[in-house]
Amino acid sequence: MTVDTSERTAVPASPGRRVSRGRVLLLGLAGVVVLLSLTRVVTGADVLTSSGTAAALLVLALPIALAGLGGLIAERAGVVNIGLEGMLILGTWGAGWAGFQWGPWAALLAAVVGGALGGLLHAVATVTFGVNHIISGVAINLLAAGFVRFLSELFLVGRSGGGATQSASIVGSVPSLSLPVLSSGPDLLGRLEATRLPVLADLGGLLGGLTRDVSVFQIVAVLLFPLVGWLLWRTRLGLRWRSSGEAPTAAETLGVDVVRIRYLAVTLSGALAGFGGLFLVLFAGRYIEGQTGGRGYIGLAAMIFGNWRPGGLLSGSLLFGFTDALRLRAPDAVIALLLLVAVVLLVLAVVSFVRHRRVATVLAGATGVVALLGWLLLDSLPLQVVATTPYIVTLVVLAVASQSLRPPRAAGLPYRRGQA
Amino acid sequence: MTAVRRLGAALAPPAVAVLIALAITALLLTVLGVDAGTALRALVDFGGSAQGQANQLRTLLSGAVPLFLAGVAVSVAFRMNLFNIGVEGQYRVATVCAAYVGGELALPMPLHVLVIVLVAMLAGAAYAAVPAVLKVTRGVNEVITTIMLNSIAVGLAAYLVAGPFRDSTAGEGGNPTTRPLGESARLPGFQDSFLLLGLQPPTRPVTGFLVVAVVVGVVVALLVSRTRFGFELRASGANPTAAVASGIPAKAMVLRAMLLSGALAGLVGLPELLSEDYSYGTSFTSGLGFTGIAVALLGRNSVPGIAVAALLFSFLDRAGPSLETQGIPPSVSTIIQGTVVLTVVVVNEVAARLLARREDRRVRGRTEPAAVPAAAAQQGEGRA
Repeated sequence: MTVDTSERTAVPASPGRRVSRGRVLLLGLAGVVVLLSLTRVVTGADVLTSSGTAAALLVLALPIALAGLGGLIAERAGVVNIGLEGMLILGTWGAGWAGFQWGPWAALLAAVVGGALGGLLHAVATVTFGVNHIISGVAINLLAAGFVRFLSELFLVGRSGGGATQSASIVGSVPSLSLPVLSSGPDLLGRLEATRLPVLADLGGLLGGLTRDVSVFQIVAVLLFPLVGWLLWRTRLGLRWRSSGEAPTAAETLGVDVVRIRYLAVTLSGALAGFGGLFLVLFAGRYIEGQTGGRGYIGLAAMIFGNWRPGGLLSGSLLFGFTDALRLRAPDAVIALLLLVAVVLLVLAVVSFVRHRRVATVLAGATGVVALLGWLLLDSLPLQVVATTPYIVTLVVLAVASQSLRPPRAAGLPYRRGQA
Repeated sequence: MTAVRRLGAALAPPAVAVLIALAITALLLTVLGVDAGTALRALVDFGGSAQGQANQLRTLLSGAVPLFLAGVAVSVAFRMNLFNIGVEGQYRVATVCAAYVGGELALPMPLHVLVIVLVAMLAGAAYAAVPAVLKVTRGVNEVITTIMLNSIAVGLAAYLVAGPFRDSTAGEGGNPTTRPLGESARLPGFQDSFLLLGLQPPTRPVTGFLVVAVVVGVVVALLVSRTRFGFELRASGANPTAAVASGIPAKAMVLRAMLLSGALAGLVGLPELLSEDYSYGTSFTSGLGFTGIAVALLGRNSVPGIAVAALLFSFLDRAGPSLETQGIPPSVSTIIQGTVVLTVVVVNEVAARLLARREDRRVRGRTEPAAVPAAAAQQGEGRA
């Protein structure tokens, strides 16, 4: 089967107005804070930007972000990894199994190894045997889900309160740090949050939540993003890595060992997803079957949203983590998001109208109006609908964002050594 | 002779894959300290009594029907390389809508069932239209959108069945369900017909939806292989560029394939609705759509292949209780299913390579001697 799985069209960056990527990111973040602040003031939902939400945001965004980072390094090497969900599942199981016996550090090791094994399987299927990347990934997701149930029945049932669908509680704790002065001791950010001033209080709440009592694992995970950015865009290995994803046959003629790089990339990809699974287990205190809840796929969506770059991916993950945190902490506040969604969609409708895209205008406009009406007319959303917030946001974001993206050119395409 | 060979070439890879998968599973079980021999024996154990065997056969057939329908639904989209991972969500939404409409209506027998089937197909197609439209207008990858829609469907169905679609005649307590279907919508099944085959009738009938599944299978097979739509579908899958160049509208094909796939997905929950549960509630079977993907992969997108794959999966599912009585985790059958799918895609790939190489050799043997050195040189270059 020869399939072009990436139908997203490549759009060359216009050379005339090139703004540095960092500045765009900062501007975007500032815009988000202002929008959130406005929404908070208009709707009175303080929980939108409280430090508690920010702390939960970090916890919930990291599994998505790490899965997305795994997807990024795999696709940059030319392998589409839909199997991330399965690798996340293997990571959570490994973390739960090792965690209840030997504590969080063993859980870290087992989660990473579990995910990496899943990645290795995907590499064998796609790189060595040339199986369609999507098919292999889907098969791995099915296999992983069945496999962990089997492992649970063998190794978790009856062991200090574990069962076929969950492990016993994780023992021990992970050391954590806070920023001195700003978020501990005098706690300046906390005082800023307490003022309830527009924008300033929001900033205080968000930054305070993100820097108070952060675990060592979380710090390592966040540092991985600049590290991968440096590795892929600033080193010789990174150049080879990306050339395997853009033009593997050309890379091969220049002496790059595409097969070895892809094996490395996909295995590491699984390890990162497994690391992400660890955070889910630590958050819940134990392994619970089905706790990944499709976050591997959301990670892929974040990667697409972030245009296959670590910075963009991280901001996409923060968005999903935010909606997730909000629905878990304050289901009543989710309705405030409708206003945000409505504004974004109506802006998109105007943009599409200016560009003479009729279908997109109608779709975005209609959905935007429905969201606005929903916000105006409804007092609260039914809980079952609130539970789907992250998925709906993912859909909306993908629909809005996926136009001017450029995936790695050879991602998902069949490649065999020796055909250059 | 060639027909036999072709059949052999079509059947050999899946058969080899199943054997490899069994071997891998046996190895895995042994490594993990489970007696593989007992496990495999429990898998094929149908029980001693005639009644027990008939019941096992009934479970096998009834279980295969939804898996077959899900596999066919997935395969229609697969045919043009569209990955409809969303069969899961489509059948959930379709079933809750069909159960609601069917429960609230009172119609004569064949019409009632027909309306339910139509509502299910329409709802499934409508839900599949979302990823199709997003793909066509915004270029969003359907794999991710259908997966998101699966999760949304869980919430949506739970909301509908707890709110607007809830059986208003039932009391407040208990799990919410839709109003149970009337007698006129309950499908008769096959029970006494077992006697015709010289078998004991099972204690519960095989779902009558088996007939619908067979009809759907035949219609889809003919549609794909004998109609213009089928040709355009296959052409778009085999070579999108050539298909567009020959005037096949790519976007319209995406829409049509997804809508058809969604409509078929709408049928997946109906065997359970029409011949077992008669209403949709929180305990309605989930996961059939995901298994359908595996079934479609195993059946290599051909209708007969999907039928065999569905029977195999149902055969493995059926073994759960008998594994449990042997003290073996019933999830062994899930592992075999997963391993079979992965090995079958690998074996398919290897078989395709072997065939290509053999064809290569055959063609080279026939070409003029003068042309051989050039071809050989090219081949040598390729291997370097």
